[in-house]
Amino acid sequence: MTEPALRAVQLAKSFGHTRVLDRLDLEVDAGTIYGLLGPNGAGKTTAVKILATLLRPDAGHAFVLGNDVVRRAAQVRSLIGLTGQYAAVDDLISARENLYLIGRLVGQRRTAARARATELLEAFGLGDAAGIAVKEYSGGMRRRLDLAISLVGRPAVLFLDEPTTGLDLVSRNEVWDMIRDLAADGTTVLLTTQYLEEADRLAGRIMVIDRGMTVAEGTARELKGRAGGEVLEVQPLRSDDMSAAVRALSGLTGAGQPAVDGEMLTLHVPDEDLVSAAARKLDTAGIGVRHLAVRLPSLDEAFLAITGHRAAADESGLVAAPAAAVPAGAGQ
Amino acid sequence: MIAAQTGVLARRNLLHIRSDPQQLIAMTVQPLMFLLLFVYVFGGAISGSTRGYLQFVLPGLLVQGIGFGTTMTAVGLNADFQHGLIDRFRSLPMARTSVIAGRVLADLVRTGWSTFIITAVAAGLGFRFHGGVAGAVGAVVLVLALGVGMCWLMAFLGVALRSAESVQAAGFMLIMPLTFASSVLVPAASMPGWLQAFVRVNPISIFAGAMRGLMLGGPVATPVLQSAAWILGLCVVFGSLTVLLYRRRA
Repeated sequence: MTEPALRAVQLAKSFGHTRVLDRLDLEVDAGTIYGLLGPNGAGKTTAVKILATLLRPDAGHAFVLGNDVVRRAAQVRSLIGLTGQYAAVDDLISARENLYLIGRLVGQRRTAARARATELLEAFGLGDAAGIAVKEYSGGMRRRLDLAISLVGRPAVLFLDEPTTGLDLVSRNEVWDMIRDLAADGTTVLLTTQYLEEADRLAGRIMVIDRGMTVAEGTARELKGRAGGEVLEVQPLRSDDMSAAVRALSGLTGAGQPAVDGEMLTLHVPDEDLVSAAARKLDTAGIGVRHLAVRLPSLDEAFLAITGHRAAADESGLVAAPAAAVPAGAGQ
Repeated sequence: MIAAQTGVLARRNLLHIRSDPQQLIAMTVQPLMFLLLFVYVFGGAISGSTRGYLQFVLPGLLVQGIGFGTTMTAVGLNADFQHGLIDRFRSLPMARTSVIAGRVLADLVRTGWSTFIITAVAAGLGFRFHGGVAGAVGAVVLVLALGVGMCWLMAFLGVALRSAESVQAAGFMLIMPLTFASSVLVPAASMPGWLQAFVRVNPISIFAGAMRGLMLGGPVATPVLQSAAWILGLCVVFGSLTVLLYRRRA
């Protein structure tokens, strides 16, 4: 059996009285994209920070390509790249200078650092703005630069902590394409996200975590199955037709129970064939439809379906925890 | 390795001046403003003539300039923490201390520039060295050494305090009373007794005394030795505290 690219064994970490990681196990195969999915405060960033040698675990062990992150931190650092939640780039120098700086810091010679900077600027579509101070950049450009910076040392393992949070759809899709290209080139990627859709689109395997514990683990398909499949949204043309629509869709074999929220009816459809079946049922009942869409369940819905309860570590959960006991940055 | 990394990081810190002109103002206009205001507003009242006061005050003003100038170390280091840059640096296979050393080196260049510009303008206004070449060289060495010592103190503040505001406030609250309640601007003799006692032990007075000795001619041995001891103490105490805290801070 080959050593996985990333391995965590019974990883635990607390800040004050708040337990952030509770005996977390993790295994990521080399050359794959692995999604760590969970709400705010679930412990995703803490797990990444421990794997990236920025934090020491209270208990347990973690390995990057077989190197213990505590005892062989220097070796680990030469193998990894890290892109944080916020784009950690130097605003007051240009993109080229940012890349050159990191190249020199990881030990590249002047000419090598310059060449690598040029290469990455081209690859990430930043060539035209390469000389401008980063403070003038858009959010998408900053994130691309952030990603490029984490690749300067050609890491074998890349940590992406919520790489698309706060990005518009176009920028998000660009970042997704770049992540896929990296994995295709053999880089192992550990991605944290709050969006099931993002994990679904990118990751081969996904772990759902909450309060520092594993809630579910598997391929995207397995998890979607456990989360009750995709969600069909129906909005009748006339709001009077809502109860008729509920009746029409109630008897659909294999689908969940229809739920009504305002003017929208939602229905879990574990099997894609059920979508056209549902459309036929509505048509037969003579119900006109204004909006008909299939989407992935939200993280909330998936949690509810998998665990039977709502995610604990959401915004309200953080407020409930004693805020003073959490050092600044602990929740990130 | 550490030297190369320190150099690259120092260069990066200095490149900031290009896109943040406020930094250039802080290291050029502000110290000059102090010089001109003190000399022309207080000079006549304190020394009877602005020319005479310029001779008295310039050596101390250079010390004060180091105090205010090095607050940049605290602010810059703190900003690097806030923006997540320190996390990025720490995830790289590089020497951790070079981040702080790069900061100190860059700020030494900044304070060196401020010192040069104040001295040049003061010379234009009529300041004359009476300490000879050795005195002038000694003054330059002392100012730079003091810059290193103060940088370490400020680096400590930058790492120890969380918000940019508290770093600014702490730097100001430290430097303002220390430089004003000293023999930099006024001879201590005119102050009440309790304040004189403080002014005499205030290291800023000691630095100012050493600078006067070197630049104007006068007793140098004792104040220079005392200054050297203080600077060494600043470097050792705050150097090790800063590195310790920097390694610990998550």
